[in-house]
Amino acid sequence: MKTRFFALPLLALLTAAPAFADASVTIKNFDYSPMDVTIKAGETVTWKNLDGEPHTVVSVDGAFRSKALDENDSFLFKFEKPGTYKYICSIHPQMKATITVQ
Amino acid sequence: MNDHSRRDALKCLGLGTGTLFTLSSGIFGAVDLAQAATHKDIGTPLFVQISDSHIGFNKDANPDVIGTLNRSIDVVNALPRKPAFAIHTGDVTHLSRAEEFDTAAQLMKRLQVSELHVVPGEHDVTDGPGVEFFNRFGKASNNRGYYSFAANGVHFVALVNVMDFKAGGLGALGDDQMAWLKDNLTNVPNSQPVVVFAHMPLWNIYEPWGWGTAESAQIAQLLKRFGSVTVLNGHIHQIVQKVEGNITFHTARSTAYPQPQAGVGSGPGPLKVPAGELGAMLGITDVTIHRARKPVLADITLT
Repeated sequence: MKTRFFALPLLALLTAAPAFADASVTIKNFDYSPMDVTIKAGETVTWKNLDGEPHTVVSVDGAFRSKALDENDSFLFKFEKPGTYKYICSIHPQMKATITVQ
Repeated sequence: MNDHSRRDALKCLGLGTGTLFTLSSGIFGAVDLAQAATHKDIGTPLFVQISDSHIGFNKDANPDVIGTLNRSIDVVNALPRKPAFAIHTGDVTHLSRAEEFDTAAQLMKRLQVSELHVVPGEHDVTDGPGVEFFNRFGKASNNRGYYSFAANGVHFVALVNVMDFKAGGLGALGDDQMAWLKDNLTNVPNSQPVVVFAHMPLWNIYEPWGWGTAESAQIAQLLKRFGSVTVLNGHIHQIVQKVEGNITFHTARSTAYPQPQAGVGSGPGPLKVPAGELGAMLGITDVTIHRARKPVLADITLT
């Protein structure tokens, strides 16, 4: 019974995932662009790394974390809760940006 | 083999990118690997430093990082007097992937040394906890990453400054590791040589690119009472040196690709140079110390 209980919400989440992003951030020349993005709760942001150097997208408070994104790799995250999400590149932590979820 | 032919043989190995550290009168010297073969007075060989092999990197700056790591290992293995062990100061891999670690571990098995000490670079722990890194290299530190050991009367300290970044981008040890370091050094006598190594510079070289460590001043304070301290790191893929009192700070070149000098260009990414110039960018810059108690620093390139 327990297994079924956990499996159902996961399935729902997968089918509800949008095929497109509501906002996109490009990573180029060691910067996130735009550095400040505002979206609504339930919307999705995608990041794409255009640098030859890998970067990551890591929430300062632990809400989300990408793998190392090599050139042209993307990361997608759906923001369910309103708030201000600061994030950095864990490989180059001088790179900082913010997602604001209304 | 005479001196001349040995030197030529080492040169033929190409991009030897390692630094041989020797102990002479209790003071450390970093000796150019190509010159070590011909050197008459280089003290007792202790260890070699390899850094930033970035296995998995495949961009224009060096499409063959496996080849250049292999050639670096060849240079180490060709040393006429064998170092007891090797240290790798991090960024073993480029993207923390299991297959990259597997390849690197396989390659480094060829190192003819009795021990290999490895500290993680930020490229090795992009997943956060560094699962793949610690699976392979965590044993020496009980999966903590930082630890100390002794060899030839020298106190060695391996530190991790890539898993607790501070705002602004500097590396950091964090409170627990700082407390451990202070405690670890407490019973080491002033006269005992100390070697400290980590991936990112333990001294602040260029803060806008995060080339430094948040606790650098406290670390220097802990080390200044010792008569001979050598602080080593990788991360910046080029040689920068500083001597402060009895502390010699020395960064290592990469076995994979060069990076720009501090502040040149948009960021510290791979520096593409004409193919014929790569050898000179990966060549060795060394510190040599012999009988005198003062370090002598020398920059030497292989090509």
